[in-house]
Amino acid sequence: MSNKTKHWEKTRGLLFVTLAIWFVFSIGIFFFGTEMEASSFRPFGYPLSYYMTCQGSLLAFVILNFWFAGRQEKIDEEFGFTEREDS
Amino acid sequence: MIKGKFIDNLPKVYGIYTGGFIGFIILMAIAEQMGMTAKAIGIAFVVFTIAIYAIIGWLSRTLQMDAYYVAGRQVPTVFNGMATAADWMSGASFVAMAGGIYFKGYGYMALLVGWTGGYILVSTLLAPYLRKFGCYTVPDFVGTRYGGNAARLSAVLVLTVASFTYVTAQINATGTIASVALDIPFKLAVYVGLASILLCSMLGGMRAVTWTQVAQYIVLIIAYLLPVFWISSKMGAGFFPHLMLGDEVARIAELEAQFGLGTIKNSAADLATVPKGLAGITKAHSSVNGTNWGFISLAICMMAGTASLPHVMMRYFTTPSVKSARRSVAWSLLFIFILYSTAPMLATLSKLSLIDPTLSTGIIGKSIADVQALDWYQNWNQANLMFVSDFNGNGTLELNEFFMGGKAVVLATPEIAGLPYVISGLVAAGGMAAAMSTADGLVLAIANALSHDLYYKIIDPKAEAAKRLIVARVLLVLIGFAGATIAAMGIQGILGSVIWAFDFAMSGLFFPLVLGVWWKRANGPGAVAGMLLGLGSGTAYLVWVRNGGSGFWGITHLTFGIVGSLVSLVSMVVVSLLTKEPDRATQDMIDELRVPSGKAILGKQH
Repeated sequence: MSNKTKHWEKTRGLLFVTLAIWFVFSIGIFFFGTEMEASSFRPFGYPLSYYMTCQGSLLAFVILNFWFAGRQEKIDEEFGFTEREDS
Repeated sequence: MIKGKFIDNLPKVYGIYTGGFIGFIILMAIAEQMGMTAKAIGIAFVVFTIAIYAIIGWLSRTLQMDAYYVAGRQVPTVFNGMATAADWMSGASFVAMAGGIYFKGYGYMALLVGWTGGYILVSTLLAPYLRKFGCYTVPDFVGTRYGGNAARLSAVLVLTVASFTYVTAQINATGTIASVALDIPFKLAVYVGLASILLCSMLGGMRAVTWTQVAQYIVLIIAYLLPVFWISSKMGAGFFPHLMLGDEVARIAELEAQFGLGTIKNSAADLATVPKGLAGITKAHSSVNGTNWGFISLAICMMAGTASLPHVMMRYFTTPSVKSARRSVAWSLLFIFILYSTAPMLATLSKLSLIDPTLSTGIIGKSIADVQALDWYQNWNQANLMFVSDFNGNGTLELNEFFMGGKAVVLATPEIAGLPYVISGLVAAGGMAAAMSTADGLVLAIANALSHDLYYKIIDPKAEAAKRLIVARVLLVLIGFAGATIAAMGIQGILGSVIWAFDFAMSGLFFPLVLGVWWKRANGPGAVAGMLLGLGSGTAYLVWVRNGGSGFWGITHLTFGIVGSLVSLVSMVVVSLLTKEPDRATQDMIDELRVPSGKAILGKQH
């Protein structure tokens, strides 16, 4: 298997992991709106459903995006596909 | 050259700029104490900020193709993030979002989740790969990847439909704010707004838009956050509202129950007396309303739409490398998060300060005559954004007798909470910055696609650089005027048309773009079928539902992108498999696209 193919396989793996986490916070948890509202876990005193819509999921996306960028950079480095600084 | 120096000195330049802007706010606050009128302060804020953007636009003028189309591809990661955030957060985000949350509660929050979650799709599926490609515009990618003018033209068509729907809403928002702040008629204000937008973009294209958008982000974020933190402290709700409003949210729920929210209903005859565009509080502030699918389907449309809107994607063409494009998406989202997470806090503070009888600003439970005598009530009533009426004749204002326009939550709350007028002027400048920055990005996206993909690539491939840049500018002005003319007719609300733009973009472009990178077998005929059938079926569904059609799967006129993109996906896959697979050269190009290192696929000048 060529270097490029291996690089692409790892990249695709990272994509699936990232999209799985994304799915949980953007779609998955909102199948349970009323259950979240009834939950006794109330971050900062907000109902959980309310908290996730106005801060929780949004923050998860921010962290996920930085994490993803870092992981992808590592993959690129591993296979020697990092860009030269002057390019 | 000055430019090289400018890039190195960015933190200093924008640091000085931010300091200067804060200085200006303080100056205005002093002027207010010394008796400057509210109207003069409003005008000063709007004129001062627009003048700065115009100066930046003029300083960034260029005659180089690379600078005009992609800002020379040297915008640093974090600054590109700021510019994207301004590009992204429209007049609708700034002026209407908190209002939407205020009136529609949980169901509306799907937009917040969608408009942030979409950035995961942008950074994982598209942005880095399109940056590697080295294209000037989104149709440029489609045209080269799939080959042929049919694909390029279809992409131009989808881009134009989606962006044009969006841009009229933005020019409308600029007009609304300019007419309030400058006190001129709306129809004139729309053209004042247009002139300011063109000042920023015409001479310098993407380069000018980039540096004005960074400046606009700074203005809009200060203008959004300052009042919210101030009101929160003033009310004693806490100095950091995002983490400290739990009690306030609970208090609103308590008051809602006490005032009989949802049990006391207005008669149709009573509601007919309420001015058009105003609404009362009819939904609970924090509890779950609507169906799970309603929430999720709207979020899906906004996320896929985010990843398909060309004016956002093209911002990532301006970074120096693929790596910085990817990082830049994360920074964009962080800058967007700062405003989006504040909007629900503003809605909470605004609602509580109006309805809590124990607060000095609360009006529910007061006598109607007292409320009607309030200064701020009279101002906003005159601006047609507030209305009270004694439906039950008891002389006291009830929760169901108070009506407000969505925009008033952002525009009027500082005044209601008793903040000095300088804050209202600041908010007007912020709203103007938000609407202008998005309009700039959109007008430029359309004009660039038409000038580069339609004129240069299809009509006159031999055109020289100077001629191409003239065509690009003429188109910019024409599109701006077309948008302003439609906006002046005032046929759509600000938010409705924004959501449609996402659905249009998602219908036509989402799968053709994503599969272009992730599925080698996707070919030209498939992509053309996907774009045209997707856009066509989505539009048909919209027309059908708007004309009384019943729809299916609970898909409304706000989520028609689901129909469009499914049709697009199926037709693209089927047609691709029925026709020839892409040739060797195209397949190699896709392999090359998938690794960050090496030369861009399209050359520096193309």
